[in-house]
Amino acid sequence: MTAVVSARHLGLTFRTNDGDVVALSDVDLEIGKGEFVSFIGPSGCGKTTFLRTIADLEQPTSGTLTVNGQTPETARRDRSYGYVFQAPALYPWRTIEKNVALPLEIMGYSAPQQAERIGRTLDLVNLSGFEKKFPWQLSGGMQQRASIARALAFDADLLLMDEPFGALDEIVRDHLNSELLKLWAATGKTICFVTHSIPEAVYLSTKIVVMSPRPGRVTDVIESDLPRERPLDIRETPEFLAIAARVREGLRAGHSYDEGAV
Amino acid sequence: MQRLGQSFMTRFLPILTVVVAIVLVWYAAAIGMNAAWQNDVYRRGDVANVPFTQFVLDTWSQDKPVLPAPHQVAIEVWNATAMVAPNKPRSLLFHAWVTFSATGLGFVMGSLLGIGLAVLIVHNEAMNRSLMPWIVASQTIPILALAPLIVVIGFNIFTGTIGIPTDPARLLSKAIISAYLSFFPVAVGMVKGLRSPEAIQLDLMHTYNATPSQVFWKLRWPASVPYLFASLKVGVAASLVGAIVGELPTGAVAGLGARLLAGSYYSQTTQIWSALVVASMLAALLVAAVGVVEKLVNRAMGARPA
Repeated sequence: MTAVVSARHLGLTFRTNDGDVVALSDVDLEIGKGEFVSFIGPSGCGKTTFLRTIADLEQPTSGTLTVNGQTPETARRDRSYGYVFQAPALYPWRTIEKNVALPLEIMGYSAPQQAERIGRTLDLVNLSGFEKKFPWQLSGGMQQRASIARALAFDADLLLMDEPFGALDEIVRDHLNSELLKLWAATGKTICFVTHSIPEAVYLSTKIVVMSPRPGRVTDVIESDLPRERPLDIRETPEFLAIAARVREGLRAGHSYDEGAV
Repeated sequence: MQRLGQSFMTRFLPILTVVVAIVLVWYAAAIGMNAAWQNDVYRRGDVANVPFTQFVLDTWSQDKPVLPAPHQVAIEVWNATAMVAPNKPRSLLFHAWVTFSATGLGFVMGSLLGIGLAVLIVHNEAMNRSLMPWIVASQTIPILALAPLIVVIGFNIFTGTIGIPTDPARLLSKAIISAYLSFFPVAVGMVKGLRSPEAIQLDLMHTYNATPSQVFWKLRWPASVPYLFASLKVGVAASLVGAIVGELPTGAVAGLGARLLAGSYYSQTTQIWSALVVASMLAALLVAAVGVVEKLVNRAMGARPA
């Protein structure tokens, strides 16, 4: 497996008026092609910061980070990833199809190419028939699906998702999780997925990165041996529960380590 | 039908109530303010024991009242619009057109200037620091002090140095005052509007490696549209004020401002008031026109119906 993302002793310190905040400290991580990697940990553990660093939205202050073997900036200029934010961030003055077209317009795709890709990706996220709707006419779950379609519309092999389903209710979230797995299987993309939820992380991932705060660091990396084909009721199986228990243990260890310091 | 009646009640009844109240207060004030002159007229004519109703009717029908009654103004407006050919200097429509053309030209110039300044300020920190204080300071100078300067100097430059004929030169001088008043709300509103996109909307553009001009046209500009229209409504009203002020101190012969000034020279209060009424109707029409354009643009941009 070739490394899509490779971090070596990666550190990031924010300088604020109240002093330095260490968001990431000594992070070592390899993400291979086609993996589904979840980042889990409490608030302030640096999981979103790490994702933003891969996306060249934050600059590391120490160590090295490569994306597709290049610097994050070059990778961004090559448009090698799609980013899904916590909120849909759809432009309210654009219809759903025009929102999906936004990156295509910016990247200079021709009109027929745009139409073909819009149709294909909206179909992929089950939003066919909603092309002409404006974002406010859609539910929160549908808006987030539209934003995923937007991230899939161009040919990026890497999908960075920052708690995309965090604001949605449990039922919608379950549904979107299983759809996301199908989508991953259909496209073969590498996905980095930030979450607060242990079941979500275990259900989705081939690799789970457990992180802990102050300073933000990786405490455990768990390779999941669950089959790639995952019905929703896999979450009741002993294998699933064993992995979930190990994640929970990792989170607890990170937390107790912290208590002395606070 | 039921719904229609209801929407009439909720929409127009409050407005109507206020209008009726104003008219009543106006009539009452006309009695008080014209009483002194009316009593003078009676004394000179040796008229005594005038019944109160007669006295009231007399205060409402003087030739040069201190405060003309609403129906006197209404009749004067009617006579000066519907009863005269609109190309005659007697016609208020003629004067309204003269003022409107300066307002419109000044509004376009001021809005473009305001948008241009906002674009510079949002994209350049040095511009932000250096321009903003001057923009604010420009509005602290009383326009009444500045208007004669602009009109006289502007007019001389346009006709003398540049060689423009007098009529367009006069129009341009007035339009500059309109622009001076209207660029300010547009500049301030657009700075806010162009900065209104959220951090994640800008981050999204960054992940696409969008160029600054793509960020502007695909994000900042459409995001600023609600702010733009709010500013334009203030700006168009300010433009009208600017055009009228530009007609006041300069011996202009045409325009609502000239009409106001002529009325005050000859104590033609009814003429002053009718010019004021026409000016306010023009202002209402201009703001409404901006509102209509706003509605159309909002619909095209998929705004949620209110």
